[in-house]
Amino acid sequence: MSEHSEHIVSPKIYATILAALLVGTVVTVYAAKIDLGRWNIVLALTIAVTKMTLVILFFMHGKYSARRTKLIIASGFFWLAIMLVLTLADYTTRHAEPSRSQLCPVPALTAPASAAASV
Amino acid sequence: MHRTGELYGQFQTLEQQKESATLGMWVFLITEILFFGGLFMAYTVNRHAFPTAFGVSGNMLDLNLGFFNTIVLIASSFTMAMSVWSAQTSRKKAVPAWLIATLILGSAFLGIKVVEYKQKFDHHLIPGYHFDITYCSNNPGACGLSGKELDDEKKEIKEGIEAEANEAKKRGAPNPEEVGLTALNAHAQLYFSLYFGMTGLHALHMIIGAGLLLWLIFEGLKGRFDANYNTPVENIGLYWHFVDIVWIFLFPLLYLINRHLA
Repeated sequence: MSEHSEHIVSPKIYATILAALLVGTVVTVYAAKIDLGRWNIVLALTIAVTKMTLVILFFMHGKYSARRTKLIIASGFFWLAIMLVLTLADYTTRHAEPSRSQLCPVPALTAPASAAASV
Repeated sequence: MHRTGELYGQFQTLEQQKESATLGMWVFLITEILFFGGLFMAYTVNRHAFPTAFGVSGNMLDLNLGFFNTIVLIASSFTMAMSVWSAQTSRKKAVPAWLIATLILGSAFLGIKVVEYKQKFDHHLIPGYHFDITYCSNNPGACGLSGKELDDEKKEIKEGIEAEANEAKKRGAPNPEEVGLTALNAHAQLYFSLYFGMTGLHALHMIIGAGLLLWLIFEGLKGRFDANYNTPVENIGLYWHFVDIVWIFLFPLLYLINRHLA
């Protein structure tokens, strides 16, 4: 019932992935210093997701694991995506001011005591 | 009782037994993804609300130390993967050797993290009563700031205060020019709370991982792990790689995404 589960990944592949991860780290640092406006964050996260994918597929043997295990791995990210997407759908579409004040009221922003007394 | 890789009664084949162990480890790692996911969510929402303060704060981290630590941690993932390979191919002596290399790299990461935390402590960047985002620009000598670095930091803080004052003005605060610095300090503390919370929880995972590695090294030296039985090496390896992945996201999010403004 189970496909032969023990697939041995060779040191050559591990070394290649190591090199790719190191290159990715250097690229992300240099890319961060270039002003790309809002695309800086997009690029940084794209590189991070790529690095993560390499780690999962090869270091963690995701590419060679049973289909059931792959499904479990994917489900974890699916649940994470639900949290991120639904929460951001709320925060990014709210009017900026209430969101800001609800998150962290700044004590000094309230009127001084003397002003409050006169109201 | 010592497990050596024999087939247990509840499984039909060794493959099935092995696959169950891997599956179980992944189920645990998924709870970890969601555990850290909550913190990443908190970071995202707060960053969205206070981009200026988060930008100023993020640029106060030591990029060189963060970069070096990323390299160290990635290298430790490689040595961990090599110990799994050594076990799978029955290179019994290589298993503890690669594990020791992993432990050394992991400890180096934690050591550098201690240096960074100490630096933040000295720079008055620990959230609380003594938090002061302007400490380094006001006491450049104490922080080793000079020349362009100092000018950049002063400029960034000035712009940060102005941005916060504008925000306060929009909200109808009676004294917008006075509250700029207070607001910047308040919101920067949110950043540093998240910084210490996230890197602290990550470091705790590293410490637990180091403990697990010690046990693996101890057992590996006895020659317990080979092609027949290496589930602990493989599963602790999965855990170690997971901790590496968390850092792969922490590094750009905390250290990098505002460098282009510096």
